[in-house]
Amino acid sequence: MERKLTCIICPLGCELTVQTEGKNVVDVKGNTCPRGKVYAENECTNPQRTITSTVRCSDGGLVSVKTDKPIPKEKMLECMAVINETVAELPISIGDVIVDDVFGSKIVATQNKA
Amino acid sequence: MRDLVIIGGGPAGMSAAIAAYENGITDVLILERDENLGGILQQCIHNGFGLHKFGEELTGPEYAWRYEEKVRALGIECKLNTMVLDVSNDKVITATNAQDGIFQIQAKAVILAMGCRERSKGALNIAGSRPAGIYSAGTAQKFVNMKGYLPGKNVVILGSGDIGLIMARRMTLEGAKVHAVCELMPYSGGLARNIEQCLNDFNIPLKLSHTIVKIHGKDRVEGVTIAKVDERRKPIAESEEYIPCDTILFSVGLIPENELSKSAKVDLSAITNGAVVDQDRQTSVEGIFSCGNVLHVHDLVDYVSEEAEIAGKAAVEYINGNKDKNILIPIKTDGKVRYTVPQTITKEKDVAVYFRVSDIYKNVKVNVSDGNEVLFSKKRVKVAPGEMESVTLKKEVFAKAKELYFSLEEM
Repeated sequence: MERKLTCIICPLGCELTVQTEGKNVVDVKGNTCPRGKVYAENECTNPQRTITSTVRCSDGGLVSVKTDKPIPKEKMLECMAVINETVAELPISIGDVIVDDVFGSKIVATQNKA
Repeated sequence: MRDLVIIGGGPAGMSAAIAAYENGITDVLILERDENLGGILQQCIHNGFGLHKFGEELTGPEYAWRYEEKVRALGIECKLNTMVLDVSNDKVITATNAQDGIFQIQAKAVILAMGCRERSKGALNIAGSRPAGIYSAGTAQKFVNMKGYLPGKNVVILGSGDIGLIMARRMTLEGAKVHAVCELMPYSGGLARNIEQCLNDFNIPLKLSHTIVKIHGKDRVEGVTIAKVDERRKPIAESEEYIPCDTILFSVGLIPENELSKSAKVDLSAITNGAVVDQDRQTSVEGIFSCGNVLHVHDLVDYVSEEAEIAGKAAVEYINGNKDKNILIPIKTDGKVRYTVPQTITKEKDVAVYFRVSDIYKNVKVNVSDGNEVLFSKKRVKVAPGEMESVTLKKEVFAKAKELYFSLEEM
């Protein structure tokens, strides 16, 4: 089967044409770099996304966060539910782990808060 | 008297300050109106920044921190919460803050790095009264990402620039329903990756060649009427469609924020709405430089940082009295190439010229001529208005030209 994808790895946004047989990717065309091929293979077998959001802090403010690795795409909203019920203790530095394990990834701070 | 004053502590201002410091001018002052350095990056919590500059994908606040850390390590002075009121033609800066009151600084050189602001709904002439629930995409971004408020639950977005696309995903993740993103043009101004991961991932329809023709509701937005537009971008009445919603976000372009450039009597371009500059990013006023989104709106912050380095280094040369300007070559464009930055070349050295095109063109040659003869040519499979292009010209190529002419030739 043929599938058209837009690569989301970098701002180039290559148009990818992917040939699949059952669950296996047999050919990828249109990618400018090797990362495009990896993206196409993942996207057809186990699509993943990085989540960025904010977590409430103990002083009522917000700190921006991200998953340190991409998580399965279909878990995005469940991941948001975890993020939205979390309260982070101040002070927070960039890279601090806010939640230990969400679908195999850590939620880490992307901002400093005193 | 200060050597170098930089107006704006966003990515452009910080990068220019670091470049100046590392090239030998340590008397640098950054004036920033917000309470933090980083500018608009602080509210851009999504990732995708820094691939070009750092080879990894960072969020906005992380990208800003890379520079802020360096500004702090070098001990570059910053005045935060400080509003610049005026920059004069002879480089006297008038500013105000709660500690110093109103104060003036004479600078040897000034770098303008004030960034840009969003074009508002008022610029668009849409029928309807003035209900609550209408925001620019950037305002909504600030509410959601910095204040923790969700501006509405049922959303229609006008404009498919990157900020609109990013906010479609952000509002969806926070529990709102985005019913449509309407785009007046037959193509999106945003990056393909953002259409994929911000709209397609959440089944949000992108309605190309569509606009909002009426906003319904008196106290609060109750809905919008959208319509398809013809080739002349006029709404087609028969195609009207009503979408109930409580919130409308406008993502309809950015405008360089040049009030201070005007007060300094810097020549502005009617096309970029930013200063006219040479390869050093020096404006028409000697010793005043401009870089980042105040000069022209960039697609990637990585390019803002690079441009600001050019301005920072050039300001050092200016302060040190190296004025090896010996030529004056204006760069003109054919309209298909909408503008170039720089707009003039004043030094006989290799130069990277950045440009934007006015429409999507496929299989074109970018030609640089002296009016008679093509001096340089580069093939491109596809060029689009949303993607800044560049060519690097060797000094031998343009040394003898009186002017340079940038054009697109369709093959």
